[in-house]
Amino acid sequence: MRKSPTVLTHNHDTEPWVRFSLLLRRLSPILAVICLLLLWAWISERELISHILVPPPGDVYRAFVGALADGVLAKHAFVTLQEMLYGLLLGVGIGLAVGYAIAKLPLLEYILAPIIVGFQSTPIVAYAPLLVIWFGSGPASKVVTTAVIVFFPTLVNTIVGIRGVSPKLRDLMRSLKAGRWRTFRHLEAPSALPVILAGLKTSTTLAVIGAVVGEFVSQGSGLGYLVTAARNLYDTPLVIVAVLTMTTISLCLYGLVALVEWRFLVWQRRSNI
Amino acid sequence: MRLSLRELAVAYRAPAGGSLPALGPISFDVAAQEFVCVVGPSGCGKSTLIRVLAGLAPASTGAALCDGELIEGPMPRIAVMFQDANLMPWRTVLDNIALPLEIAGMARAARYKIVRKLLPQLHLERFEQAYPAELSGGMAQRVALGRAIVQNPRVWLLDEPFGALDALTRERLSLELLRLRQRYTQTIIMVTHDISEAVFLADRVIVLSRRPGQLVADISVGLPRPRSSDMLYQRDFLQLTKRVRASIEELGN
Repeated sequence: MRKSPTVLTHNHDTEPWVRFSLLLRRLSPILAVICLLLLWAWISERELISHILVPPPGDVYRAFVGALADGVLAKHAFVTLQEMLYGLLLGVGIGLAVGYAIAKLPLLEYILAPIIVGFQSTPIVAYAPLLVIWFGSGPASKVVTTAVIVFFPTLVNTIVGIRGVSPKLRDLMRSLKAGRWRTFRHLEAPSALPVILAGLKTSTTLAVIGAVVGEFVSQGSGLGYLVTAARNLYDTPLVIVAVLTMTTISLCLYGLVALVEWRFLVWQRRSNI
Repeated sequence: MRLSLRELAVAYRAPAGGSLPALGPISFDVAAQEFVCVVGPSGCGKSTLIRVLAGLAPASTGAALCDGELIEGPMPRIAVMFQDANLMPWRTVLDNIALPLEIAGMARAARYKIVRKLLPQLHLERFEQAYPAELSGGMAQRVALGRAIVQNPRVWLLDEPFGALDALTRERLSLELLRLRQRYTQTIIMVTHDISEAVFLADRVIVLSRRPGQLVADISVGLPRPRSSDMLYQRDFLQLTKRVRASIEELGN
């Protein structure tokens, strides 16, 4: 079925104003960010709020270049990133394993539910000091804090994902005499993957919270430490630089998971047409 | 392969306690290479019968035998296909049909070779890289059929395989089923609620009563093979459908 050229000229999508409004729509999130930056520049320009509280963008930029040049930013960012990655590995790993076990054994859920929900309902900031007492003031306590905070979304999504496996497809695997491993490999894992990746996205954004909370509690290094140190010196631009670096790290990890999603869930994209 | 039901009965545990009879007791034999259609009112245990034969549900009393061997679990020589295509949405047509071979541990090249030979017979050769969501209902059922027969099983158990399709697609798929079957020579038990479909396809039509399903009629279909769609309007065919219909209507409401 080919469209004739006469039909194409009447296609509304090609009219200039339609194209313009589509472009505007695409760019609107970027425009929103620009507007926010302009508002910031305007506030500090007119000194509506003291520069100590809200430094002008130029000062923040200079603080950024300075911290980059003397290697302070890279050093602390690397520490935080490392804590996040190890924490993610640990928390997601345990979350997947426990989640799978719970999905398979409802009795286990009954037994563990109060402990898990209790942990989740307690603010991480409240028991982070405890983790420092147990795991020392080095990176280990931050890794554990991160692991604890990313554990829960992974756990919940793994349970939901594995329980959501179609019982009819389970019947199919049974009729094909697929053993436990093959059922996992060919049915449970691919079926639960979309939900688990969604949980992983949440986990990556939480990971930075875990690492930074740990760094707030026990000083030494990392972006959380940089924030505290800069604040004590009233170096607000450096505080902002450290915070934005956390945002960037978190967004990059999120993007990485989104990329994995895009690569492995081709069938979902093709299914949504 | 020959199938036998010996006083087979299935009861499910009722939620309120006690047991809820779903099927039987029922006894009949299906000869090797015979095509038997099972019809009956909804909820008469037709699907339960298929599940027992497939080894997916246990018999409460009595037994189901395959060539004299007790069916206690899934058997590689018995394949089953359901009303809903039940495909894996993350696998392409090619990989969905190849699934049984992959589970059996066959290497990729070998299984693709087998599936690619089967695809033209299913009219799916242009869709091997398509995902299930991109297929029509009829095509999805063809993929399900392909997956059921890819290992060349000796028994096909078909549980309302065309139940969810429109009348024309249904008729076309019925003819394709017969064509595929002529190349192979399998024993087939197919559950359906469409009387003319049953008569058109089968050597024998078995009518089950209301729950718990028991055998009320066993009608031989003497129509010659190969069958063609012209037969749908012939006297013999119409008389047979009338007979099946009458035995179902005798069950009353």
